[in-house]
Amino acid sequence: MTVVGRTLKAMEVDTRILGMVGALLVIWIAFHIWTGGLFITPRNLFNLSVQTASVAVMACGMVLIIVARHIDLSVGSLLGFLAMFMGVVQTEWLPHLFGGGDGPAFGHAWIWVVTLAAGVAMGALIGALQGYIIGFLAVPAFIVTLGGLLVWRGAAWWITTGQTISPLDANFRWLGGGAEGSLYFWPSWIVGILTCVAICFSIWWARRERRRFDFPQKPLWAEYAIAATLSALVIAFVATMTSYQVPSRAAERVYALRGWEVPEDGAHLVFGIAIPVLILGIIAVFMTILARRTRFGRYVFAMGGNPDAAQLAGINTKRMTLWIFVIMGVLCAISAAIASARLASADNAVGTLDELRVIAAAVIGGTSLSGGRGTIFGAILGALVMQSLQSGMAMVGVDAPMQNIVIGIVLVLAVYVDQLYRRRTED
Amino acid sequence: MNGADPLVEMRDIHVAFGGVQAVDGVSIDLYPGEVVGLLGHNGAGKSTLIKVLSGAYQSRSGEIYVQGRKAEIHNPRDARKYNIETIYQTLALADNLDAAANLFLGREIRQRNGLLDEVRMEAEARKILKRLNPNFTKFHQPVASLSGGQRQAVAIARAVYFEARILIMDEPTAALGVEETRMVADLIQQLKREGIGIFLISHDIHDVFDLADRLTVMKNGKLVGTVRTQNVTQDEVLGMIILGKMPEGAAQKADA
Repeated sequence: MTVVGRTLKAMEVDTRILGMVGALLVIWIAFHIWTGGLFITPRNLFNLSVQTASVAVMACGMVLIIVARHIDLSVGSLLGFLAMFMGVVQTEWLPHLFGGGDGPAFGHAWIWVVTLAAGVAMGALIGALQGYIIGFLAVPAFIVTLGGLLVWRGAAWWITTGQTISPLDANFRWLGGGAEGSLYFWPSWIVGILTCVAICFSIWWARRERRRFDFPQKPLWAEYAIAATLSALVIAFVATMTSYQVPSRAAERVYALRGWEVPEDGAHLVFGIAIPVLILGIIAVFMTILARRTRFGRYVFAMGGNPDAAQLAGINTKRMTLWIFVIMGVLCAISAAIASARLASADNAVGTLDELRVIAAAVIGGTSLSGGRGTIFGAILGALVMQSLQSGMAMVGVDAPMQNIVIGIVLVLAVYVDQLYRRRTED
Repeated sequence: MNGADPLVEMRDIHVAFGGVQAVDGVSIDLYPGEVVGLLGHNGAGKSTLIKVLSGAYQSRSGEIYVQGRKAEIHNPRDARKYNIETIYQTLALADNLDAAANLFLGREIRQRNGLLDEVRMEAEARKILKRLNPNFTKFHQPVASLSGGQRQAVAIARAVYFEARILIMDEPTAALGVEETRMVADLIQQLKREGIGIFLISHDIHDVFDLADRLTVMKNGKLVGTVRTQNVTQDEVLGMIILGKMPEGAAQKADA
């Protein structure tokens, strides 16, 4: 074994994840050279992070679904429906509700929260319906969600008989990122530093737990190396995001909106972490804990590994299936909020073909379609790889049809390489 | 057997799939510290009968008594409440999970905050597996990468750890080598001494003849009869399995 191999083994690094990070870097560097130095810039990476968020949020839920040997083809349509639903809630229902007798209260401070809550509730309800049919009535998920793909896209049109809803509520639009929807300088750094603290704490905690039972441990230097690497990545990310300047006119708009005093030399502002990326981060942490550290997650993986064994172990697989689809519905609602907020409008075509992007992200990220295997982090990386390819090709002027061809080939290739890797490492 | 209540008694069990009577009015019992071999051809209904006891199937009629009390078993969870543990022929392991995860599947140890206490579960798994199989070292790999004997050890550990009083073993040695088979036999003797009652299901008489105190034979879903192993020869039992007839003079000794 080489020195590098030994080092990685001691650190217990997942070499598959490492391979994906490597592939991502290759893509980034290639486009950076190809675009003459435009790709790895704060501006482009910021946009990339925002563009990835919507698909990545849904991919987190898709991992659970695929791990449990199901599939969800309806997420793109569901996103469209929920975007339209939330569009109507925030532009028609709530302003009138909050306005009372004084006419519609557009821009009311509570609109965005209530809208999001209504969307999440609706998403959960639809997820529960689909999950019930799949789990309790035993109709295959492929069929139920294929039906859902048609039903929810049709329903999205029906809400406004095809009219686009625009503009969306001003506060709601923050969910989509942009000059108003970012954390700026200090909050970004606070989030970054808290993340680093959390990383170090969890590594320390895991080590303490293993010491409690006298288990074999990683060498101490390996723990430090992992903590340092992850923290460095977080800091590099925050540093990149906070070095992207908000254009002065947009900065003035934000200053006015927030009621900040404009200094004499004009309004200066950096973007920092975009709000949709923050949302993605929170969801990623939550979903990872759910998948890896709770009974629920353990049962999802058991169902995927051996459905009979799960049932014989007393796991209520029907109810589990229902809940998995409820989670997917909730994540669709959050994605719908991000996607429509970014466009500042909702139309019934939002999210078209997203089901394929989401499934591809999960699969490129190492989720096995035969069930039982997959990670949340991998799926997010998968979403980032796909978005990087798409954005990069758009920047160098590859036509849309050609983009699809390339992404299609990459999907098949990624799964092929993954299987080769598995065959080699598993026997 | 020494006048004690049976550990478990299944009375007049009927199971039907569609129009087929898979189990047709079968009664069996099991005493503490006893091994009862359940024999019959493939499709004789022995696995179906035993799955009623382990909660995997529902009987259409019939009653189950555990230590003299009527038991309601509708699912695997119910069976576990009565300390009935089953080691299935397929072992019922989730191949993608590690040994500890399989051992505790459905009965995970949790921390006070509700999250899985993985370190604790691993510690318990190491303890019990060391007892069953000192060569067991792969605690972090999915059980798919383990040998047949090691997988068996995980399945057995699951039953033993949770203090089974009634242990059902479905073809426990079918997939094992000589050495591993001997290990399972030793384990059965050990569990017997601890007062656990064991149902040993097999289609091969050689697997169970040396281990079982009594033998119950089924054919085509019906009970052929129950005999005390010491009163019969292997040939006589083979006759029961193949012809479905009780050997001369054995019937009256069955329930002695």
